[in-house]
Amino acid sequence: MGDVLKKIPVREQDPKVRGTNFDEVCYGYNEEEAVAEASRCLSCKNAKCIEGCPVNIHINEFIAKVKEKDFEAAYQIISKDSSLPAVCGRVCPQETQCEGKCIRGLKGEAISIGKLERFVADYAREKGIKPEVSCEKNGHKIAVIGAGPAGLTCAGDLARLGYDVTIFEALHKAGGVLTYGIPEFRLPKDEVVAKEVENVKSLGVKILTDVIIGRTESLDELFEQGFEAVFIGSGAGLPMFMGIPGENANGVFSANEYLTRNNLMKAFRDDYDTPIYKAKKVAVVGGGNVAMDAARTALRLGADVHLVYRRSEAELPARAEEVHHAKEEGIKFDVLTNPVEILTDENDYVTGIRCIRMELGEPDASGRRRPVPIEGSEFEMECDAVIMSLGTSPNPLIASTTIGLDTNKRKCIIANEENGATSRDGVFAGGDAVTGAATVILAMGAGKAGAKGIDEFIRKKYA
Amino acid sequence: MYRIVEKRQLSAVVWEMVVEAPLLAAHAKPGQFLIVRADEVGERVPLTICDYDAERGTVTIVFQPVGASTEKFAALEEGDAFADVVGPLGRPSDILDMSEEELKSKKFLFVCGGVGTAPVYPQVKWLHERGIQADVIIGCRTKDLLFYEDKMRSVAGNLYITTDDGSYMHKGVVTSVIDELVAEGKTYNHCVAIGPMIMMKFCCLTTEKHKIPTIVSMNPIMVDGTGMCGACRLTVGGEIKFACVDGPEFDGHKINWAECMKRAQMYKTQEGEAKLRYEEGRTHEGGCGNC
Repeated sequence: MGDVLKKIPVREQDPKVRGTNFDEVCYGYNEEEAVAEASRCLSCKNAKCIEGCPVNIHINEFIAKVKEKDFEAAYQIISKDSSLPAVCGRVCPQETQCEGKCIRGLKGEAISIGKLERFVADYAREKGIKPEVSCEKNGHKIAVIGAGPAGLTCAGDLARLGYDVTIFEALHKAGGVLTYGIPEFRLPKDEVVAKEVENVKSLGVKILTDVIIGRTESLDELFEQGFEAVFIGSGAGLPMFMGIPGENANGVFSANEYLTRNNLMKAFRDDYDTPIYKAKKVAVVGGGNVAMDAARTALRLGADVHLVYRRSEAELPARAEEVHHAKEEGIKFDVLTNPVEILTDENDYVTGIRCIRMELGEPDASGRRRPVPIEGSEFEMECDAVIMSLGTSPNPLIASTTIGLDTNKRKCIIANEENGATSRDGVFAGGDAVTGAATVILAMGAGKAGAKGIDEFIRKKYA
Repeated sequence: MYRIVEKRQLSAVVWEMVVEAPLLAAHAKPGQFLIVRADEVGERVPLTICDYDAERGTVTIVFQPVGASTEKFAALEEGDAFADVVGPLGRPSDILDMSEEELKSKKFLFVCGGVGTAPVYPQVKWLHERGIQADVIIGCRTKDLLFYEDKMRSVAGNLYITTDDGSYMHKGVVTSVIDELVAEGKTYNHCVAIGPMIMMKFCCLTTEKHKIPTIVSMNPIMVDGTGMCGACRLTVGGEIKFACVDGPEFDGHKINWAECMKRAQMYKTQEGEAKLRYEEGRTHEGGCGNC
């Protein structure tokens, strides 16, 4: 038995090796490690970790079952609150959520809740254990737009309450950002994402791909077809660019494009037809999780990668674990640096970026110190591709084709945080379509709130 | 799966397919596009919708095999199916927003180049159904590459055909026909040009000279086609636009053509390699000494 104040370390693929493949970085706990880690849990009566979880998983209860080696029971406890535990165990920012509230963490290291969740979910998958459905069908039809984290969660919760749920997905594969955005090496597609989608389907949820609500069918037509309520979880939209010269040159990509080509369209595999730009030196602009994903993808595709971020390392919005992994793999961080122009050759291919050094000034609206350019500090950095990872603005398709659906000035759908209600009766929304680019788990939290809102709406209608 | 119910060879290099996609067919409008994927490992290829039949639940696509993905399409037969056909995408054509008076007040000219003849057809047909006769110019390299002649004639006002080599009707390019029509005293106040980028560019230069507002249909590189990846961006009137959600039709006089043409070249090397892999199962010939 190790030091009770320290986490049981998790095994990972060697950074030198993993930089050359797309296999999963983190191996996760085995049974013995999971039980040892679970045994560190203080089993608090008033478990703070649950408050830290956007979908309020009964963490203390599932960890207690892991301690007893009753992994199936642990899985069923998690499944009551989360439709995607194998995903969350891998990509949630636990350090600021459940683990951030862990009492064990006051003195020593918090329990590795995320790694335990992952272990339980992986165990269930390997053993073919499915989430339990106990309730009767109530016959009410609900439409969910988007098969990403918000939509899958909302659909899963509603199906458990007995609703007849159909998800409409615009792309050819379900999963949303889990499929097109987060790379294979962090979240395996076939083994993890596809299986969790199957679990949601096993609750009775139907998923129709290749249907773009707002184009293939309008939201109003869904009501005409007998759907009694609609949840919009259409996710992120158009990528943002900086507005600097040269941004449309050949070799400049949004992180969305670069990642979609590689994840959804599997450009990294020879047996897929998708082309991807082969670059020797890549500059990734931005400091969020998506920037880390793009940088680590470019590295695996053989490039020397520099991450260019305008604030200092302390302000990087990415999870600490992602930054750590990126550095281990050899990504170079050029912080307090901002591109001012993209340089090109006579055929408009990228040859480099002109950057300016920055310093931190007074705090801005976000509370972070505002980066200010240092006059005369401009310099050129050679590169043959630039990936812009600056966030996205919500997809305009549904809002622009639906009458009476209010949006704010950032084009986000306005929805009540508690129940997802929008300005239209019977229409609920959540996830990136409402908040702008955020995390998987926040979208799941919004999907959960939407399911609760829809259930209340239907009950009231028939009361 | 989206079954191919009809397959026809329109010319030596162009294929037409009628594909089952009932939801799409019920909602398609002139000017919009769709995305096709041949199989599980295929690319998402954007194609302009060339016709649609809501009752039959079918859409018509017309394409010229130019790379591995479109070669794969051409290899499919009637009864086979595409893995995915999704749409309609993009905004419908501007003419759909015009009032009846506005439509009646316009003198329309449609200019088609090569495979672009196909997506022009539903627009001319749409006008014809509303009693409006639009003039149409079809340009192609040589007579053997001409298609849709009768079909277009049945819905167009005057139909002018021109071939680069003079093997059929006029000899010359579409821009010379525009010049001649204007010189004859014809007046147009709404032009739609669809075809290869170079043809649309020169068409716009010509109509700008004659002060004829011109709409073009852009077909840039895309990935998802739903407003997510940003690959299809282009500069229109100094602003960045996304062809998939802001287009695909734009004011041709405001487009930065040089930029669009360079962007279209971005994956040429990879596309060439993919085509070789598809056709010959290898990309290397050996003997060049460079590898």
